[in-house]
Amino acid sequence: MITFSGVTKQYPDGTTAVDNLDLEIDAESFTVFVGPSGCGKTTSMRMINRMITPTAGTITVDGRDIAQTDAVKLRLGIGYVIQSAGLLPHRTVVDNVATVPVLRGDSRRNARKAALAVLERVGLDPALASRYPGQLSGGQQQRVGVARALAADPPILLMDEPFSAVDPVVREDLQAEMQRLQAEMRKTIVFVTHDIDEAVKLGDRVAVFGPGGRLQQYDAPDTVLSAPATDFVASFVGRDRGYRGLSFRTADQVPLHTIRTATEKELPALRLEQGEWVLVVTDAGVPRGWIDVTGVEGARAGRPVSECTAAGGSLFSPGSDLRQALDAAISSPSGIGVAVDAGGAVTGGILGSEVIAKLAEQRAAEDRARGEHFFTAQPATPDGP
Amino acid sequence: MNIFGGAWEYIVDPGNWSGSTGIGARILEHLWYSFLAVALSAVVAVPIGLIIGHLRKGDVVVVGLVNALRSLPTLGLLTFLVLLLGLGLIPPILALVILGIPPVLAGTYAGVANVDRTVVDAARAMGMTEWQVLTRVEAPNALPLMLGGLRNATLQIIATATVAAYVNLGGLGRYIFDGLALRQYDRVLVGALLVTILALVVDGLLALAVWASVPGTGRLRRNPSAEQIAERAS
Amino acid sequence: MRWLIDNFSVVVDLTKTHLYLALVPLLIGLLIAVPVGTAIRGASWLRKITLIVAGIAFTIPSLALFVTIPSVVGLQILDPLNVVIALTIYSTALLIRAVPEALDSVPADVVDSATAMGFTRLRRALTVELPLALPVLVANVRVVAVTNISLVSVGSLIGIGGLGTLFTQGYQRDYPDQILAGIIAIVVLALAFDLLLFLVGRALTPWTRQQKVRRTPLVAGQSAAPAAGEAS
Repeated sequence: MITFSGVTKQYPDGTTAVDNLDLEIDAESFTVFVGPSGCGKTTSMRMINRMITPTAGTITVDGRDIAQTDAVKLRLGIGYVIQSAGLLPHRTVVDNVATVPVLRGDSRRNARKAALAVLERVGLDPALASRYPGQLSGGQQQRVGVARALAADPPILLMDEPFSAVDPVVREDLQAEMQRLQAEMRKTIVFVTHDIDEAVKLGDRVAVFGPGGRLQQYDAPDTVLSAPATDFVASFVGRDRGYRGLSFRTADQVPLHTIRTATEKELPALRLEQGEWVLVVTDAGVPRGWIDVTGVEGARAGRPVSECTAAGGSLFSPGSDLRQALDAAISSPSGIGVAVDAGGAVTGGILGSEVIAKLAEQRAAEDRARGEHFFTAQPATPDGP
Repeated sequence: MNIFGGAWEYIVDPGNWSGSTGIGARILEHLWYSFLAVALSAVVAVPIGLIIGHLRKGDVVVVGLVNALRSLPTLGLLTFLVLLLGLGLIPPILALVILGIPPVLAGTYAGVANVDRTVVDAARAMGMTEWQVLTRVEAPNALPLMLGGLRNATLQIIATATVAAYVNLGGLGRYIFDGLALRQYDRVLVGALLVTILALVVDGLLALAVWASVPGTGRLRRNPSAEQIAERAS
Repeated sequence: MRWLIDNFSVVVDLTKTHLYLALVPLLIGLLIAVPVGTAIRGASWLRKITLIVAGIAFTIPSLALFVTIPSVVGLQILDPLNVVIALTIYSTALLIRAVPEALDSVPADVVDSATAMGFTRLRRALTVELPLALPVLVANVRVVAVTNISLVSVGSLIGIGGLGTLFTQGYQRDYPDQILAGIIAIVVLALAFDLLLFLVGRALTPWTRQQKVRRTPLVAGQSAAPAAGEAS
C-alpha cells in the first residue's frame, strides 16, 4: 500500500512538477499513471523509491514514511524498470538479473540460479543468459529489464514507460506478458505511460495527470472513459473514448447469423447478384476473404483467387468484447463481421446494427439498476418525501 | 629565484629586443619556421584527410598511421635528417612537417567522417555532386575538428621548433641551447619562458578560431542576416 | 641497422632506463588523476579551473619544462628526476581531463537504474561507473604512454639517459646509423606498449567486443592529444 499525502515537487527555477498530490494505491493493484509529457507522472513515481525527493508532503509505503527509511534499503525492496532497460552493459544477462539478490546478500551462485528461473518466467530463452545486453534486441532487453526487477521478488514494481521504445507488435506481446505475470504474482505495480490505450488496457485503476502536475482523475479505466472528471481528461482520452469504452462491455449476447460460405473450388460455379458477398473459406472452414460478383467473374476467367477476393476485416473470437464485435462488422467489406472459434473456423456473422442494439440494451439495464438503487436506498426524510 | 630575476630582467630590457639576434628577431624566426611547417603539413594532410573522410574508407589505415607517427621521436628525426641532408633550413622544416601531418590528418579525417550521415545523404538526394557534397556540406561542418587538428599540429611544431635550435636553427630555442652551453641558466630560462608564452598565446588564438568555426552558431557571420536580406530585396 | 645489432646490449640497457622514465610518470599521473578527476566531476567551477590549468600545463613545450623544473624545484639540471617530474605533470594534466570525460561517457540511464536498484554510491562508482568508463580511459592512457615514451628522448638534450642519448651521440659523432637505431627502438617500444595497453583494455572490457553497434571513437584520444607533450 502506497500513499501520497500533499506531495509537491517544485524546482528552483519555479516549475511545479507535482502539485499537492493525494493518492492511495492499494496493495496488489496495477495502477497506471497516465498523462502528457511534463505533467508529473514520472516524477511522482520516482518519488516512491526516493530517486526524487518531494519539496513538501509525505509518501508512505506500508505505513512507513519513506523519508525516514534508508534509501538504499528502500530501493532494494522495490523493482524498477525504465524505457531503455538500463541494463548494465558490462555484465551478462544472467548477472544483470542477479544484481539485486547479490546486493541483498545472496551468494552469486544462488542468485544466478534464481535469475535463470526468472528469465524463463518472462518468456526468454535461457540460452541468452550468457550473452551481453548489447547482443540482444530491444524487446529482449526489455524483458531482461523486467526480469531484473522481479528477481528479488519485491512487493512493489515501478515501471516508467517500459514498452514505449519498442515496436507495436513487440509492445503487445510485452503487455500481454505483463498481464500474465501480474495474474500470477499479484504485486503492487505503478506503471507510467503516455498512451491512454495502454493505460486502459493494463490498469486496475488509472490516475490521469494534467498540466502543472495536478491529478485530474483517479478511477477504474472504464469510469475514466465513460465519465471523465474534467475537460482535460475528456480531451486527453480523445474523441474515440466511446469506442474505447466498448472494450469493457461483454459481447456474449450478440446474436450470430449464418454466413454464406464457399471454398475455392466452388467459386466458378457461384451465381451472385450485385452487392452480394460470399465468404471464401478453406476446407477446414478458416476464412480467406470475401468475394462478390466481379470477383467471381474474375475467378471464372482464370485469375488467381487472391486477386479476386477482398481482404476480410478483423475477426471476432469467443469471449471478446463489444469493441471487437463492432470492429469486425465495420472492417468487413461485406458489412458482416466474421466470428471464428478457437481453431479459427467460421462460426457465424455479426451485424453492426445488432452490436449497437446490444449496447443500448446494456445501457438501459444499467439505468434501471441505478434508478432502483436510488429509489430503494433513499431514506425517508423527517421533513417529507 | 636569482635565475628567474635574471631572466625577467633580460626579457624586459628593451636593448635585448633589437638586432638580428634580439628577442624580437628570434620570436619572428620561430613563428616563421612554425608557420611554414604548419602550412606545408596542411597542404599535404588536408586534401588526404578530406578524401579519406569523404569516402569513409581506409579509416583503419589512418588510425594506424597516426598512432605510429605519434610515437616518432622528433629529436631523432631531426638529427637523422640533418646528418643525411646537411645543415640548413630544409631538414628541420622537413622534420616539423612530418610531425605536423598526423594531427592535421586525424583532425580533418575525423571532422569529415563525423558529419551526420543523414545530412550527407540528404545533400546527395538533392542532386549535389560528390565534389559539392564535400565542399559545401562536409567541409564546413568539419571545420571545428579540422581546426582542432591544426591547433594540435601548431602547438607541437612550435614546441619542436625549440628543439630544432640543437641543429643550428634559429628561433627561441637558441636561448636554451646557448644558455646550456655557456651555463648561463638565466638565459636558458629566457628561452623557456618566451617559448611557453608564445605557445600559450598562439594556442589560445587557435582555440578561439575553433570555437568560432562551429557551424550553425552564427559566430562567423558571413551570411547576411534576415533583415539585410529583406532590405536588399525591397 | 648494423649498429643496432652490434650494440644490442647497450640499447637494451638504455631501453630499461627509458621505460622507467616514461612509465613511472604515467602511473603517478593515474594515481593522482583518477581520484581527483572523479572528485571534481560534480563541482563545475572547480572542474573548469582544473581543466584550464591542465590545458596550460600541457601547452608548455617539453624542453622548456625540462629546463625550468631544476630551478623551481632546486635540482641539478642533470638529474633524471627533472624528466620524471615534467612527464608526471603532462600525464596528470592529460588524465585529469580524461577521467571526468570517461565517467561522462557512461550512459546516464545505466547509472540511474543502478541507483534505483539499490547500489550505494561507492559500490556503484567501483563496480558500474569505473568499468564502463574504461574504454575512454584506456584510450587516453595509451596516448599518454606513447607520448611519454617519445618525450623522454628529449631529455637527452639536457644529459638525461635513455634512448635519446643515441640521438645526441649519433649526431655528435656523425653516425646516422646510431640515430636510426634509436628511432627504431623508440618506435617499436611505443607501438609495443600501445598494443599491450590495447590488449589489456580489451581483456578488461569483454562486453565491448560483442556490441552490435560500434560506439567507440575511431581515432583514440582525438581531443586529448597534448601538443606540447608530443613535440620533440
